[in-house]
Amino acid sequence: MNKINSIRKDWSLIETLIAEDRKILDIGCGDGGLMEQLENNRNAITHGIELNRDLAANAIARGFNVVHGNAELDLSQYSNNSFDYVILSQTLQAMMKPKDILSELLRIGSKAIVSFPNFGHWKIRLQLLISGKMPVTESLPYTWYDTPNIHFFTIKDFLNLCNEMNIVIEKSIGLTSKGKQFDISESVTGVNFFTHEAIFLLSYKNFEPIKIKSSKKVFAKNSVIAN
Amino acid sequence: MKTKFTTDTKLETEIAYFENINLKLDSGDIIDSFKLAFKTYGKLNADKTNAILVCHALTGDQYVAGNNPITGREGWWSRMVGPNKPIDTNKFFIICSNVLGGCAGSTGPKELQNGSDVAYGGNFPSVTIKDMVKAQSLLIESLNIEKLFSVIGGSMGAMQALQWAIDFPDRIFNIIHIAGALKHSAQNIAFHEVGRQAIMSDPIWKNGKYFENNEVPERGLSVARMIAHITYLSENAMHRKFGRKLQSRDIISFGFDADFQVESYLRYQGKSFVERFDANSYLYLTRAMDYFDHDETFRKNIEFSHNPNNHLKYLIVSFTSDWLFPTIESKMIVNQLNSLSREVSFLEIDTDKGHDSFLLEEPQLDDVIKGFLTKNFAKIDE
Repeated sequence: MNKINSIRKDWSLIETLIAEDRKILDIGCGDGGLMEQLENNRNAITHGIELNRDLAANAIARGFNVVHGNAELDLSQYSNNSFDYVILSQTLQAMMKPKDILSELLRIGSKAIVSFPNFGHWKIRLQLLISGKMPVTESLPYTWYDTPNIHFFTIKDFLNLCNEMNIVIEKSIGLTSKGKQFDISESVTGVNFFTHEAIFLLSYKNFEPIKIKSSKKVFAKNSVIAN
Repeated sequence: MKTKFTTDTKLETEIAYFENINLKLDSGDIIDSFKLAFKTYGKLNADKTNAILVCHALTGDQYVAGNNPITGREGWWSRMVGPNKPIDTNKFFIICSNVLGGCAGSTGPKELQNGSDVAYGGNFPSVTIKDMVKAQSLLIESLNIEKLFSVIGGSMGAMQALQWAIDFPDRIFNIIHIAGALKHSAQNIAFHEVGRQAIMSDPIWKNGKYFENNEVPERGLSVARMIAHITYLSENAMHRKFGRKLQSRDIISFGFDADFQVESYLRYQGKSFVERFDANSYLYLTRAMDYFDHDETFRKNIEFSHNPNNHLKYLIVSFTSDWLFPTIESKMIVNQLNSLSREVSFLEIDTDKGHDSFLLEEPQLDDVIKGFLTKNFAKIDE
């Protein structure tokens, strides 16, 4: 799978996770390709952020609402829950503070969609094991000294972080290096081994309000303060 | 409202007269009658959906494109506005009016006071950006245009575009705001003050009554222009253009002639400005910019006064080397609009040409303006 096909595939899978008529923020939106797709196929209202000046200019010239800026600095300006979905496609590994970004995604959006290349894929493990050098693959095509991908992580790492942050995985799609698609949550063994790319639909855990029953029938003010 | 329209053949401009209209200004003063000089380009379509108002900057005028009879040169944005240009006159109907307080045919300090044969001079009331926009809105109304497709401007023009979004959000579809800000900064006020002091300390100025003896405070006005002109450029652009190159000589003169090209250039800018601009107008318009301030109120205005179904679109553009209206000022507008989830696009264009970039060759500016207008027009035209 070449890079372009892999991104198209990524987009079409992202589209399957998105309901009709929703408001969407695409982080790292490039020239607006995914926004266009979601406007056409999902009747979405789209907004985008793009760091690269020329791509941002192209997206604006193509009529999309795109802000030229740096997501790591500029996400704070958006209000809580101002989007239905916030999408971060193939970019989490290039962020300075992936954990902060993840919590920002779910602050701004009711749901977040995150896709990334799995560093736990067997080809990558094998490359490192055998050659003893940092792996270079189709989805991570850069040498170690000029890669924009500064935080490598595997599916297992990602699941652990979500768990720690009380993030619920609503849906998860895995792709093998041959482009075969499967449901990560239903696969039992070896997911982290053969998943080439992963796409997650995330939301925050809904905590049930805690109900406290009082054993005393009369509620004494003092006891509340004292105990 | 009854508006009289005439054509001034000498100034090659249309003039709209608003009589007994009692225009109440921000200052509390009332102008009972006034006129606006304006130009139009292209044709208004049958549904009247293709009208664009272009707002000029501090020393601009209504001559956006084509010949400017005052200077004998091409209009100030003729590279942007015209057939098949980014603001395409084959497609859109472009209106540009000389601002209230200006000196290219609209009511301003140079014009005669109502019912007298004496010019206003220093008796002209203080005008603000809001007043200019109010006057423009009356012009648009009298042209029977219910809703403008776009309001576009750079610098002081951007201030007017923003003011349109604040005051008349239901009468526009989008604004293109180039090299502007929510407020005029302390540094900008400071530069304007130096310019005004230059004019007012010219003995010929005479409290604004220089026209009584048919004189012009040339020295003061040209110095004001020279200072302002420096702020429109950038250090890199000046270095690229002039460096330390000498003007028409091989060795320095050890005197105060214009030894350097940059001096000669500024002197020329000052001198040619005096021929086309009124000193009192310069005082009033710089003051209007100084008073512009939506720093505290912009967010609330957008949040509460706007109909939530009104999908007003914003395109905000800044330039990396613009130190008069730096990118951070544009980003403040973008931040506030984003925090309210408004439909905003923003681009910082990489250039060393400074604040004046919006008037100069910047292909990326052309591309985003053209694309933004074309795509969004297709959406409303569906």
